[in-house]
Amino acid sequence: MIKELLKERILVLDGAMGTMIQRYTLTEEDFRKGWFENHHKPLKGNNDLLSLTRPDIIKEIHAAYLEAGADIIETNTFSGTTIAQEDYGLAFAVDDINYLGAKIAREVADEYTKKTPDKPRFVAGSIGPTNRTASLSPDVNDPGFRAITFEELRAAYYQQTDGLVRGGADILLVETVFDTLNAKAALFAIDQYFEEKGIKLPVMVSGTITDQSGRTLTGQTTEAFLISVQHMDLLSIGLNCALGAKMMQPYLKTLSQHAPFAVSAHPNAGLPNEFGRYDETPEIMEKQIEDYLKDNIINIIGGCCGTTPEHIKAIADLVKNYEPRKLSTEY
Amino acid sequence: MTQTTLKLSGLEPLIVTTESNFVNIGERTNVTGSRVFLKMIQENRYEDALSVALEQVRGGAQVLDVNMDEAMIDGKAAMTRFLHLIASEPEIARIPIMIDSSRWEIIEAGLQCLQGKGIVNSISLKEGEDEFIRKAKLIKRYGAAVVVMAFDEQGQADSLERRIEICKRSYELLTEQAHFPPGDIIFDPNIFPVATGMDEHRRNALDFFNAARWIRENLTDAHVSGGVSNVSFSFRGNNKVREAMHSAFLYHAIKNGMDMGIVNPTMLEIYDEIDPVLLKKVEDVLLNRTEDATEELLAFAETVKGDTSKKVETNEWMNAPVEERLKYALVKGVLDFLEENVEECRRKYARPIEVIEGPLMDGMNVVGDLFGSGKMFLPQVVKSARVMKKAVAILQPYIEAEKNEKTAAAGKILMATVKGDVHDIGKNIVSVVLGCNNYEVIDLGVMVPTEEIIQKSVEYNVDVIGLSGLITPSLDEMVSVADALQKSNLSVPLMIGGATTSKVHTAVKIEQHYPNGTTVHVLDASRAVTVVESLLGSKREDFVSKLNEEYDKIRFHHENKKSAKTLLSYDEALKNKLKIDWENEVIPVPNRLGIECFTDFPLEKLKNYIDWTPFFMTWELYGKFPAILNDEVVGDQAKHLYEDAQLMLDKLIAEKWIKARAVFGIFPANSIDDTTEIYDPQTSLVLAESYSLRQQTQKTAGQPNLSLADFIAPKGTKRDYIGCFAVTTGVGLDEKVLEFEEEHDDYSSIMLKSLADRLAEAFAEYLHEYVRKEYWGYATDEKLENEDLIKEKYIGIRPAPGYPACPDHREKLTIFKLLNAYKNTGIQLTETLAMHPTAAVSGWYFASPHAKYFGLGKIDESQIKADAARRRVNPEETEKWLRPNIF
Repeated sequence: MIKELLKERILVLDGAMGTMIQRYTLTEEDFRKGWFENHHKPLKGNNDLLSLTRPDIIKEIHAAYLEAGADIIETNTFSGTTIAQEDYGLAFAVDDINYLGAKIAREVADEYTKKTPDKPRFVAGSIGPTNRTASLSPDVNDPGFRAITFEELRAAYYQQTDGLVRGGADILLVETVFDTLNAKAALFAIDQYFEEKGIKLPVMVSGTITDQSGRTLTGQTTEAFLISVQHMDLLSIGLNCALGAKMMQPYLKTLSQHAPFAVSAHPNAGLPNEFGRYDETPEIMEKQIEDYLKDNIINIIGGCCGTTPEHIKAIADLVKNYEPRKLSTEY
Repeated sequence: MTQTTLKLSGLEPLIVTTESNFVNIGERTNVTGSRVFLKMIQENRYEDALSVALEQVRGGAQVLDVNMDEAMIDGKAAMTRFLHLIASEPEIARIPIMIDSSRWEIIEAGLQCLQGKGIVNSISLKEGEDEFIRKAKLIKRYGAAVVVMAFDEQGQADSLERRIEICKRSYELLTEQAHFPPGDIIFDPNIFPVATGMDEHRRNALDFFNAARWIRENLTDAHVSGGVSNVSFSFRGNNKVREAMHSAFLYHAIKNGMDMGIVNPTMLEIYDEIDPVLLKKVEDVLLNRTEDATEELLAFAETVKGDTSKKVETNEWMNAPVEERLKYALVKGVLDFLEENVEECRRKYARPIEVIEGPLMDGMNVVGDLFGSGKMFLPQVVKSARVMKKAVAILQPYIEAEKNEKTAAAGKILMATVKGDVHDIGKNIVSVVLGCNNYEVIDLGVMVPTEEIIQKSVEYNVDVIGLSGLITPSLDEMVSVADALQKSNLSVPLMIGGATTSKVHTAVKIEQHYPNGTTVHVLDASRAVTVVESLLGSKREDFVSKLNEEYDKIRFHHENKKSAKTLLSYDEALKNKLKIDWENEVIPVPNRLGIECFTDFPLEKLKNYIDWTPFFMTWELYGKFPAILNDEVVGDQAKHLYEDAQLMLDKLIAEKWIKARAVFGIFPANSIDDTTEIYDPQTSLVLAESYSLRQQTQKTAGQPNLSLADFIAPKGTKRDYIGCFAVTTGVGLDEKVLEFEEEHDDYSSIMLKSLADRLAEAFAEYLHEYVRKEYWGYATDEKLENEDLIKEKYIGIRPAPGYPACPDHREKLTIFKLLNAYKNTGIQLTETLAMHPTAAVSGWYFASPHAKYFGLGKIDESQIKADAARRRVNPEETEKWLRPNIF
């Protein structure tokens, strides 16, 4: 169904989860309540846990983005792998994080779909890059060393996929890809999961271009990145995070020229300033995104770090006036 | 979705369409195909293995075949390790990888290392359909293309019909059951040897051509590949025939649709250049055109066996008498056949020493004459010296055996870089040149204390002492040496050389401390021999009296100049500072504050930042690069030197002889007169103070008396920033230099040092650009070519302590403290604050558009006092550091 919609119009993805959580000024207590009261490590900042300990907040944020006009909301599961959670000693919690993270989002999305049935709302299960790189050595003295193997990544992603699908995600979003090998392990796990369970969900992949050389952290050009994940039948390929909307445009154009899939973008609200904050206003971002739309290179658009429901509202209002990038008949 | 095009990727894409040229697959990283590579893997020499891969990429390979199938090694572990290392080498990782193995667990281990889209080589129907489909599905899931061998349950396809049958069946299973994209299928329809003498092999090449054509016409979007060298297997040892066969085979295979393959480019003749007689015979075999084609080719092959025509003409000099050959080797600097020639000569002469005194010295005399008359240039002379040293080393054991004393040298010269200084390229060049001219050189190395110089001079009873130094404090050290020589009642002539030394300084400051002996400044290496000859020869008296006269004149002029110039007092100079309207000045806020390190920066990134002009200056070839390469006089030499430099540069990068390290940082800062307070970015507490010096010379109206502090906003106006950096490309340098020196290879050792120096400068340039454009980020739009960088067309400056804008080396202490530079880069400071390794640069960053390079010029005691006060030291201490600038 979503593929049909993408031929008709530009779909809107939600904005930042972390930025919104910051607005609540939470304490350590909020991250433990009812679940990890006696955990031996500090948990504040492990935002994925809030789906368990403060589901009310996460629901409120999802609702705010849906209210702003998002068609697709992302689950609060960016760090929902055993690998990322191991840093907090919480590998055991990932099934709950993913299942409940997806379930909450599903409930809120369904509520809004009921309100406006002509605008169906989707839940994309967010699958982050983990905090390890399979293609790079963290030890400068031993470039042959790896802190993580493909197999460890595959197993972790398989488990995350399972939780997200059971919780009710109807899209899987492999995002903020800085190492394509990590993403390939995720896609491997997803493909394997689909085959074993006899199901198939749309899959989105979104990479991160870390600097103006136009390459990923692990050195791939945008086009090489596309080729490296193109063996999967994807719903969309896109870019998010790192650069602001303006700097991302040339690389989105590359994707738009070569991708047989839909093209997505969820940029940051500019680059972080010296205090680590993002200060592009909805108006500034809207202007930059309008350039994408004039270029006709986008099918799915949303926001990453620093964006808020105000940004998403501005974007949602804007895209109504523009045609989506044309998709091939085979899509 | 049907994908029709084969798209592969490493860090960059490789797209194979019907319009693409033949895709060349690099084959040397294959343990079954290369004994050398196998040995590297067995001996765990992965660095060497990587340079093989790099050579393949640079040689034009578009895909890199990696094979670790060898019973004696753990193939899975070796595949993983090698692919991991490749991933850390962007120049190699740029291209897609072909994982070549007959064992599935090695293939899978390889696939788990590739972030790009590679190729699996290979799978086949050998173990049945189920296994074939299972593997194909997994390969697709890993995101790779696949090579399919024409092999099935019955065995390898050896006829056209069997090739077609197996490829067709494989294609259908892949596309229909494994849902493999047809464009990702590459067939290898078996290249077998021809001309084996067996009748069933006669059609091997022809069948391959026809199979290739059939595949391209019938199996939509599929590709054809193969290993070409197999075809000439019967002619092993006869490269001329093999090269012709490979190229003729490729010519026909490509015409028939083969679009990628494993080819060794060095084993390939150009098709149009194959001897027509040979070509006809080769093609008769490949295309099975005549009954007796094999016999014909074999007979022809006999006649060209061992043909090494390419080499003969260049070795003609080897036909001359042995003395001439040695002379030739010395003058041309060639090491080929040196051992044979020296050995032949040794047998011819009664005593080994006569070889040195006779032909070798004759040859070196020619070199000396040519150099003296400007017909040879320094790089050639150093190469000649290398030949000489090696020849002497060959003879040395025989001389020892004879217990004969050494050849009588023309004189003994002691050479030393003075205490606190580590720069020795110039000193080494002088040593080599003197050695070439039959002087015995006692080289004490670098950082040699005065006492040692005195002691060794006495011990060896030397005829001349040569002192060298590059940094300004070394000038003072030279004065101390002169003083000590006088006090020790020695009268050995003293030569002074090095970048900061000058005739004026020698005459005014050094010479008068040593009335017992003669002190003479030597401008560059080419003059060293003349000077020494004059000092030791029969016309010594004449030379010395002329020298004294000249130095008297210099001193006289210097005194006069001094009184003619007037300096402002420090207070007056301060009042005439650069006036900037700080209220309305926009100061860009850096993107990041604090320090950052590069612990092993890729050297290849620095290649394009090298400023070559100073490199040629090191070798005493003067002229701007690249024009110097076409210079009428030195152009040829410059070209040769440049080529050698490029070769070594590539090698040192590929083999990682040296490491590049850097640390840099940006800090909040404000100035108070000539002192800049540098603050902690977090706490805003004062971390350090930088002490700038101010020009005191009288300026024309409207021109300010500059100080670096003028470029930083004064305290109480606005928050400003200052940066600093320390880079080195000398980590590991000493070890490699030592290796060359043990090989008696001064040419390579000096070359390496001079390249390392250039790389350090290039690194500083690169880093400055990075800081301007990104880290500080005040010049994000800057787009400059290397040429512009050399001309300093950018905004902001990076003055280094010890250079004209801030001659005080003590600033390095501040920079090193701020950056924790020793810990972060390994650069050490000597007692006179020279940096070791020498291939190092450190300095300040100023971002202001008003900032520009200037020379401090002369200062007087009013500023010395002020500086001593703020540093809380005696004025004498400051005076010591700034002596060359004191009026």
